[in-house]
Amino acid sequence: MKLQQLSIFLENRPGHLAKPLELLSEQGINLLNLSLADTAEFGILRIIVRDWQKAEQVLKDAGWVVKLTEVVAVDVEDRPGGLAEVLQVAGRADLKIEYMYAFPLRRSDRAALIFRFEQPDRAIEQLQAAGGHLIDAEELFAAAE
Amino acid sequence: MLKERWNDVEGGFHPASAPDYLPEDKLREVQLRRLRAVVKRAYDNVELIRTRMQDKDMAPEDIKQLSDIAHLPFTTKLDLRDTYPFGLFASPMSDIVRLHASSGTTGKPIVVAYTREDLEVWAEVMTRTFASCGLHRGDVVQNAFGYGLFTGGLGAHYGAESLGATVIPVSGGNTERQLMVMKDFSVTAMCATPSYFTHIIERALDMGMDMRDLPLHTGIFGAEPWSDAMRSHIEQGAGIKAYDIYGLSEIIGPGVASECSEQNGLHVFEDHFYPEVIDPETGEPLPDGEEGELVLTTLSKQAMPIIRYRTRDITRIIPETCACGRTTRRFRRVGRRSDDMFIIRGVNVFPSQVEAALLQVEGTLPHYQIILTRENGLDQMAVEVEVTPEVFSDKVRALEDVRAALAKAIEHIVGIRVGLRLVEPRTIARSEGKAKRVIDNRSL
Repeated sequence: MKLQQLSIFLENRPGHLAKPLELLSEQGINLLNLSLADTAEFGILRIIVRDWQKAEQVLKDAGWVVKLTEVVAVDVEDRPGGLAEVLQVAGRADLKIEYMYAFPLRRSDRAALIFRFEQPDRAIEQLQAAGGHLIDAEELFAAAE
Repeated sequence: MLKERWNDVEGGFHPASAPDYLPEDKLREVQLRRLRAVVKRAYDNVELIRTRMQDKDMAPEDIKQLSDIAHLPFTTKLDLRDTYPFGLFASPMSDIVRLHASSGTTGKPIVVAYTREDLEVWAEVMTRTFASCGLHRGDVVQNAFGYGLFTGGLGAHYGAESLGATVIPVSGGNTERQLMVMKDFSVTAMCATPSYFTHIIERALDMGMDMRDLPLHTGIFGAEPWSDAMRSHIEQGAGIKAYDIYGLSEIIGPGVASECSEQNGLHVFEDHFYPEVIDPETGEPLPDGEEGELVLTTLSKQAMPIIRYRTRDITRIIPETCACGRTTRRFRRVGRRSDDMFIIRGVNVFPSQVEAALLQVEGTLPHYQIILTRENGLDQMAVEVEVTPEVFSDKVRALEDVRAALAKAIEHIVGIRVGLRLVEPRTIARSEGKAKRVIDNRSL
């Protein structure tokens, strides 16, 4: 259901994305997923990793500004309309989505939707009530890695 | 000989310029007489100065020769702030006919006052300034210095009128109107900041106008540092002679010193403002020719006598006599300052003010750097701020809001648009643990 996402501040300049990712790879930390939000001048790298405590420490020790955020994972059938159905539920329940991203789950025919809700607890409640399938970190990593 | 030329207003010296040609011993005599009077006036009427002199066991009578000035206490910008608004006035308000105030600072500005006689002196030194830059009756002066609390506009205005020139009080801004006025009113001389004038040249080119075809022959530039390279650019671009003038509100406004036809150093109007150059670290006076901080004493100011004001401007007195014939001493054009204050579009900005704005928005002080550039002739200010965990967010909009709030807080202080960039931690270079706060890339 809820899982921890790490966000890292980057300047939007050539080569800047590589630096924190190299750092994580040196520590043998594998990324489950990565999403990047950017403006002309800066970007926010958002990652989901299994050992987020270690990743957070490694990045902080190297001087990066890191923020830990709770996001909500929903899994849907990987078919047309899978995402739309969840968004309809969110819309009806007036759930505010700050941002979201999605990726297919390797070990199933399903896809993971990662949501950053303004009110994650209320979102979980509403999505579950509407029959949505929420997954926790263990399930997510088991299906994806 | 001189007298005849003074009468020849069209071609030679303006009568007001007579003190610029005093024999040296006569000039020193005038200075000593006025110094003794101004110190007495300040001692009798200004508590801060009296207290400081008493702390040093000094009385006005101790000023027996000009070199005794070195025993007097300094006055700093902080003193003017601390005594806001009227604490350094030596005249009752009933004798004060004008107030000006510094602009562009947070908190309290600096207030300066003038009696009727002070305004006459101001008009006189600005007349001498214009005369020194080759202007006379018959010239049409477009004054683009700002009118208002800033001393530039009105200071230049009354000087040009007193010279006998025709003044157009256009004030700053509205570049297209400036060009229309310049062309349609057959303007021969313009007062402006050098960066604004460069902008005017660019704008004229955009409008398909060649300023070299206009009657304009002289530019009077001040209120911000500029270089000889910029002078060449202005002189060639507009087909004019460009002169540097110097002044500061604390002393009188524009009219403290001016270049002459030689364009090689600025003559101080020494009969009204006594210049010293000191070692900024020790405060000790330096002999003429050595570089240090310029210190000025008003010799004739009534409303607000200022004793040994630390200008923070770094320069040196040029000991050689000037080929123009003036006997007043010159100092080198000011290229840098002894503190980290910088001047952008005529506004004095201290990094500490930028820090205050950053602190107000963020709660803690992030590492930051101010970068000054000159684009199309206009000074631009950018501030790079390292992102801290306190302000960082995973949401783009939240970070954009932080960026905008920081920019707004700084703009509120400096009064011009500021480019604000959020940068990664540790990207701003530190030396000895301390970041260099101001990077001035304006090709001065």
